[in-house]
Amino acid sequence: MTDTLTKNTMLEVRNIKRDYELPGGLFKPKKTIHAVKGVSFSLERGKTLAIVGESGCGKSTLARMLTFIDEPTSGELYIDGDKIDTRPGHLTSEMRQKVQIVFQNPYGSLNPRQKIGDVLGEPLAINTGMSAAERRDRATEMLVKVGLGPEHYNRYPHMFSGGQRQRIAIARALMLNPKLLVLDEPVSALDLSVQAQVLNLLADLQDEFGLTYVFISHDLSVVRYIADEVMVMYFGEAVEYGTRDEVFSDPKHEYTRTLFKATPRADVESIRERIAKKKTASAA
Amino acid sequence: MALLQIDNLTVEFETANGWFRAVDGVSISVDKGEVLAIVGESGSGKSVAMLAVMGLLPWTAKITADRMLFEGRDIQNIDPAERRKLIGKDIAMIFQEPIASLNPCFTVGFQIEEVLRIHLGLGKKERRARAIELFKLVGLPNPDERLSHFPHQMSGGQCQRVMIAIAIACNPKLLIADEPTTALDVTIQKQILDLLISLQAKTGMGLIMITHDMGVVAETADRVVVQYKGRKMEEADVLSLFENPKSNYTKALLAALPENATGDRLTTVSAFFDGTPEPAEAR
Repeated sequence: MTDTLTKNTMLEVRNIKRDYELPGGLFKPKKTIHAVKGVSFSLERGKTLAIVGESGCGKSTLARMLTFIDEPTSGELYIDGDKIDTRPGHLTSEMRQKVQIVFQNPYGSLNPRQKIGDVLGEPLAINTGMSAAERRDRATEMLVKVGLGPEHYNRYPHMFSGGQRQRIAIARALMLNPKLLVLDEPVSALDLSVQAQVLNLLADLQDEFGLTYVFISHDLSVVRYIADEVMVMYFGEAVEYGTRDEVFSDPKHEYTRTLFKATPRADVESIRERIAKKKTASAA
Repeated sequence: MALLQIDNLTVEFETANGWFRAVDGVSISVDKGEVLAIVGESGSGKSVAMLAVMGLLPWTAKITADRMLFEGRDIQNIDPAERRKLIGKDIAMIFQEPIASLNPCFTVGFQIEEVLRIHLGLGKKERRARAIELFKLVGLPNPDERLSHFPHQMSGGQCQRVMIAIAIACNPKLLIADEPTTALDVTIQKQILDLLISLQAKTGMGLIMITHDMGVVAETADRVVVQYKGRKMEEADVLSLFENPKSNYTKALLAALPENATGDRLTTVSAFFDGTPEPAEAR
């Protein structure tokens, strides 16, 4: 089946599954939760795949499998043309360098007792043989790239705002020059104006480094803006998968339509419609 | 007469670097049967202003206002015992984190019956009947079974429904919802917003929605107040705010919405707005 892998494919996932076993008690039988029930997709280099779904649908589990935090129960994972052996102990540090993750909550994902310089230098210290001076230079360079300054090197996370912290998390993920970046709800904890800045930063970085993004989100307006391809997950299954225009103009699955209907609309026509409806309701 | 009228409200906190002004001369009024949205980013003082109305700020906060009237009654210098009678009965509030705002040690039934006992003095049977009725009203399935559940046994959306049930238990005249749907999924958000709006239409109470989501504003509000760094930037009815925003800050916020993106980059707020708050004189 490897013939479908073209040179341009950055990431291919085939029928990937993840089960969690809940331990039974004295009177409770063991239970298996199927968090991800066989998901397949492939993603071209330099493109963005958005994964949408409600909490508990398995989108974060999928992200954890793509970044080797969790081992898939079954299924195959190809990154940059290589089949990944996801068994513990079989992952090489080159593999780990290719994929990095940015977590949702910038307040929780940074160690409060670690200076920003150390946050950025740590991946280099673990995965490469760089000297401390080199690491320092690379970290300072990256701070400037994500819109911060060299003066931030010696500061602690609590001295930064949410948007700045998310920039630091992005900088940390980019330290090892990854090819694939998994973004787990990177802007959902941020204010609207900061969200726009971070999304722009992500777009700039994608252009500059040719990054491939797997962008996990529940905000459809963000997805519509950033994604090339969209996958909708519902209870561990991919119920909808296609290019952005296909999915947004002609949703096939019932759940996708529900999702679109539930998304608040901020255009003038729909406000007018709502006010008119309210007037007739109060008149009646 | 407005249901709630606040003139020139200022809230200050003492910090190591002197007094920090969280709310700076904000005036807000809400009428009966009106939905007012207060929009702003985190740190814009939108929650603090409402906490001042509820009297929920710590004693270290310095609150000054020309007037704070609820149904024509002064609530600024009100006696604490009187305030406790008012808060939770005539003015109720829903908070952002539904799971965190319920007490994990008590069943939800106990928590809703507590309100009914203290404010309305209902008997045991009446309380139970009313609690079941309220749970039905907010759309919780199996209400009589639910009463004996603890918060951890419910999902976020269900906990928020319980919070709403507690808030409307005494038929409040004013309901303040502080980011009621921020922690919830879009599909659940829609259900909760629909529920709040239908309850508001049914009871004719005043509703203040505090939010940072322009989509929520567009879907619910009659009138909107935009706040930035503790100041009111703009006040307008919802249609004219979206159609013809007056202040630069509102323009910037609307331009930063991903759905309004033109080209391959978003407009950031700084493109429109240099960060100095301009007071909302132009109404």
